[in-house]
Amino acid sequence: MAYPANYRYTREHEWIEVDGKTGKIGITDYAQNSLGDIVFVDAPKVGAAVRKGEVFGSVESVKAVSDLYSPVSGTVTEVNEELASSPEKINTGAHDAWIMKVELSDPSEVDSLLGAADYEKFIAEETGH
Amino acid sequence: MSASVTTPALRKTALNAVHRQMGAKMVDFGGWDMPVEYSGLIAEHMAVRTGVGLFDVSHMGDIQLRGPESLAAIQHICMNDASKLQVGQAQYSAMLYPQGTFVDDVIVHKFSDNDYLIVINAGTREKDYGWIKTNAQKFHCHVSDYSDYYTQLAIQGPKASETLQKLTKVDLSSIKGYWFTWGTVCGLPNTLIARTGYTGEDGFEIYIPSDEATSKRVWEEVLEAGKEFGILPCGLGARNTLRLESAMSLYGHEISDTINVYEAGLDRFCKLEKGPFIGSEALQQVIAAGGPERKLVGLEVIERGIARDGYGVFNEGGTQIGVVASGSPAPFLKKNIALAFVPRDHAALDSEVFVQVRNTMVKAKVVPIPFYRRPKKQS
Repeated sequence: MAYPANYRYTREHEWIEVDGKTGKIGITDYAQNSLGDIVFVDAPKVGAAVRKGEVFGSVESVKAVSDLYSPVSGTVTEVNEELASSPEKINTGAHDAWIMKVELSDPSEVDSLLGAADYEKFIAEETGH
Repeated sequence: MSASVTTPALRKTALNAVHRQMGAKMVDFGGWDMPVEYSGLIAEHMAVRTGVGLFDVSHMGDIQLRGPESLAAIQHICMNDASKLQVGQAQYSAMLYPQGTFVDDVIVHKFSDNDYLIVINAGTREKDYGWIKTNAQKFHCHVSDYSDYYTQLAIQGPKASETLQKLTKVDLSSIKGYWFTWGTVCGLPNTLIARTGYTGEDGFEIYIPSDEATSKRVWEEVLEAGKEFGILPCGLGARNTLRLESAMSLYGHEISDTINVYEAGLDRFCKLEKGPFIGSEALQQVIAAGGPERKLVGLEVIERGIARDGYGVFNEGGTQIGVVASGSPAPFLKKNIALAFVPRDHAALDSEVFVQVRNTMVKAKVVPIPFYRRPKKQS
């Protein structure tokens, strides 16, 4: 699957799509593929504060649980409620199935995140291919 | 400064290249490079519950005991009563340490009065073979490790029989559960066909020559035969959730060298009355002392959360009283289930306990096991 060029990525396999001061955040196709069938998404509540590099929730597949790390700092403005009943949407479209929207407290934090090409290079190294 | 650590090469079954070609996700399982899933764990699990699934279980070990005292050796090494076996019959059993804890669980097959096959687990293969060899020494029998001679395929599910029937003239309906026979399968004469498995469904395990070409051919022929039933190749991920729904033990989880037979709840496969065997004395002492202090129970998580292997089990007061042996979402039952060790006073049905799921205490209750029991066949 292609990694959208307008998204930025973390080494923990989250993506963020920034639009002005708001960022939409999800997990990458690589992450969903490693996890397998996702059965549970634990997202923060609207209004919660998240910090760049810190855990904001988790996703669970049948096999494993994985922490979610926020790519940016800010305040949660919206949570994708659809994932509560249909967490498998992440498996079928990881780059569309956003988990939360965040109002960025420091938009310059985005600059330190990986671009699509660098992220693809990073996962290629991680899988040893 | 850094010491170089050489990782031993992962062992491969004869179907390794086939798994990789088919796009399976591979993992290191007890030193074996095995498929964990193909199309997806849930789909594979459901295929076995509702249709048919195919597993490569060639990593399992096969130890043969031959000679006039084979039965005596098995009676000494294994806890079930193998003297009850008829030729063509198999039996779930286990090998114990003198303290009544597990070397491994096994399936004993009686080939003839002087010839038995013990099927053992992959992760414990060397240990098991050594254990059997050492403890069979004083008996007049010969122990051989045939593990690498066979590719072992498990065809499991309500449509397993119809699938396999297309590939053999042996009347599969004449083989009862935990019985086996030999016959021609996919043109291979004298193939061992056993009505056994590790999924809680009806199904067969066949043992074919372990060369790559034969293994690949039979694998593909089974998939072709099962096509009309929606057969899926299945990985170890589904194998684990299937056995967990059926509350079957996995070495290192429900059974180990620190867990005894009564704690694991495998009393019904342990026949103290057959006479002394390795571990029987310690088990008699457990009974004399009033039984085990902890028991394996089934838990259903009532609140939101998934109990996983190793999570702590707590009482209402917040004191840890036990541990989850295996826990997972159950794909067919659509519940979050676990097998856990708890003290006897918390083992009664409907007892409420708490599982610590990361930072949260989540309520669970003791439920009957197996969680899943396959519907009786209407014939």
